Amino acid sequence: MSDAMTDPLLAEIVGPTPGQLLRRRIFGHQGLLIGGTVVALLVLVAIFAPLLAPHDPYAQSLMARMKPPVFLGGTWEHPLGTDHLGRDYLSRLIYGARVSLMIGLVAAVISGLIGSVMGICAGYFGGKVDAVVTFLINVRLAMPVVLVALAVVAILGGSLTVMVSVLGLLLWDRFAVVLRASTRQVREREYVAAAKSIGASTPRILLAEILPNIVNNLIVVVTLEMAHAILLEAALSFLGLGVQPPTPSWGLMVSEGKNMMLFEPWLVMIPGTVLFVLVLGINLMGDGLRDVAAPENRS
Amino acid sequence: MFQFILKRLGLAILVAFTVSFISFSLLFLAGDPAAALAGETASGEDIEALRHLYGFDRPMMVQYGDWLFSALRGDFGESYYFKLPVAGLIFDRLSITMTLGVCGIAFALLTAVPLGVAAAIRPNSLIDRIALFLSVAGQALPSFWFGLILVVVFSIKLGWLPPSGTATWRHFIMPTIVLGYYAMPAIMRLTRAGMLEVLSSDYIRTARAKGAPEMRVMFKHALRNAIIPVVSLAAVQMGFMLGGSIVVESIFALHGAGYLAWESIGRNDLPTVQALILIFAMFYIVFTFLADVLNAWLDPRMRSS
Repeated sequence: MSDAMTDPLLAEIVGPTPGQLLRRRIFGHQGLLIGGTVVALLVLVAIFAPLLAPHDPYAQSLMARMKPPVFLGGTWEHPLGTDHLGRDYLSRLIYGARVSLMIGLVAAVISGLIGSVMGICAGYFGGKVDAVVTFLINVRLAMPVVLVALAVVAILGGSLTVMVSVLGLLLWDRFAVVLRASTRQVREREYVAAAKSIGASTPRILLAEILPNIVNNLIVVVTLEMAHAILLEAALSFLGLGVQPPTPSWGLMVSEGKNMMLFEPWLVMIPGTVLFVLVLGINLMGDGLRDVAAPENRS
Repeated sequence: MFQFILKRLGLAILVAFTVSFISFSLLFLAGDPAAALAGETASGEDIEALRHLYGFDRPMMVQYGDWLFSALRGDFGESYYFKLPVAGLIFDRLSITMTLGVCGIAFALLTAVPLGVAAAIRPNSLIDRIALFLSVAGQALPSFWFGLILVVVFSIKLGWLPPSGTATWRHFIMPTIVLGYYAMPAIMRLTRAGMLEVLSSDYIRTARAKGAPEMRVMFKHALRNAIIPVVSLAAVQMGFMLGGSIVVESIFALHGAGYLAWESIGRNDLPTVQALILIFAMFYIVFTFLADVLNAWLDPRMRSS
C-alpha cells in the first residue's frame, strides 16, 4: 500500500484505499466539518472552563449588576456583561456548556443502552420479543415527554442526576425504532448465517456480528438524541423545573433574562444563540456522519 | 379492513391502559401525598385524617383501580388546589389547546408541503437548499427561545402583535408559528422524498407522454400519491404537538390545558397532573390510530402489517 501511495502511476491503477476514501468523504462534507468543529470547540470550552472563564460563575456583585456586553458599550472587565445578580455572563455561559454537554451525553448513553438492547433483541429474535418491544415503543411514544419529565422532576427535585436519569429513561424510543429496523436487515446476511453454522452463541452473534454492522446507525441516533436531550433540558430549566439556580444552565439563563427582556434583550439572545449553535452543530454532525457512513443514502 | 381496524383498536386500548398505569404509578413516587396536601404546619393526626379521607391508606392497586374506573366515567377526582372537579377544569382549558394544535398543524402543512414540492421539482436548486437549511435550522431552534425572539421583535420593537393572552385571533399568530415550525422539517422532508420517488415513476412518464400539462401532472398525478404518507405523519405530529404545547402556552400565557399542567405541577395538584398526562396521551393514541386507519384505507398494502 505504501508503494501505491508514493508511486503516482501505481496509485492511479490501484486507486485510493478505503481509509483515504473515508477521509476524503469526511473532509469533503461541509456539514460534517462545520458541525464537528462547532461541537469540538464547545467540548473544549466545557473541559477547560476553569481556565477560560474570566470570573467565578457564581460570584455575585451587587455593585456590578446588569452591565452591558462589550459590543453594547460595556467594558472588557465583563465581555458579555453581567446578569441581574452581577454575575459575569461569559463565565456562566462557559460553565453552562458543561451542564448542557454533560446532560446530553449521559442521557444519550443511558437511553442508548436501553433502546439498543430493546431494538437489537426485537430485530434479531422477532416474534413475541418483537411484539413486546413494539408495544413498549408505542406506550413510550404516547407519553407526553415534556409533561412527564416536568412532573417527575417536580417530585424528585431538579438535580443534575434526576434530570439525566429522567431524560435517559424517556428518550430511548428512537434508538429502539432505528436499531430494530437495521438489525432486521442485517440478520438475514450471509455472515450471520456463517457465524451460526460454526456454532457461535447468540450473544456472540449479537455482539460480534450484528452490532459492528449497525453501529453506524447507532452513532447517528446518539448525536440526534444528544441534541434532543440538550433542548429538553433547556426547555425544562426554562420552565423552572429543570436544573435549579444558581447552576449555570443556558435554559435557566434565558428564563432569568426573560423578565428584563424588554430593556436588555441581549440577556436572552446570548444564551439562546449559543444553545442554538450547539444543537445545530450536533445535528449537522449527525446528518454528516449518516452521509459519510452510508454514501449510498446520499440524496 | 374491518379486521385491521379491530386489531389496531385493541392495541390502542392496551397502550392507553398501560400509559394510564404508568402515569398513575409515576406520581406515586411523590412520597406522601397526604403530607404534601396538609402542608408543612400540619400535625401528625391531621395528615393521618387526610390520608384516610383521600384513601391514600389503601393498597396502590386498589387506588389505581378506583381512579381508572372513575376516569372511564369521565370523573378524574377533585383538584387539590381549586377544590373543583378536574374534568371540568380541563374541559374548559382544552378549547385553547385544541385551537392552537389545529392552527399549528395547519401552519406546518401550509408551509412545509409547498416547500417540499418545490424542492422536489428542482433538486439541488436554490429553493431546495433553502428548504434544507430551514429544516436543519428548525430542528435546532429551541421553541421557548424562538417564542421569546418573536415577542421581542413583533411585540416590543414593532408593536404589531400582542405578546400574550387569547383575546383575539391576532393573539394566536405567534404561538401558532412557534408550535407549528417544530413539525415542519419532518413534513417537508417526507413531502420532498415522496415527490422525488413519485416523479420518477412510470405513470408520471405516461402522463407526460400523453401531453398532460405540467401543472396537472404535478398536482393531480404526483402530489396526490406523494401526500398519502404525509397525512399520517401530520396526524402523529399533531399528537406530539398537543403534548408539547405546554412550553408555548407558558411563553405566551395562553391559559390552555398545557398551561394548566405547568401550574398544577408547581402546585403539587396530583389529580390534575395525572388526568392531563392521560388526556395528552389519549390524544396521541387517537391520532395515531386515525392515521393508521386512514393509511390502510388509502393504501391497501398497509393492511397486512
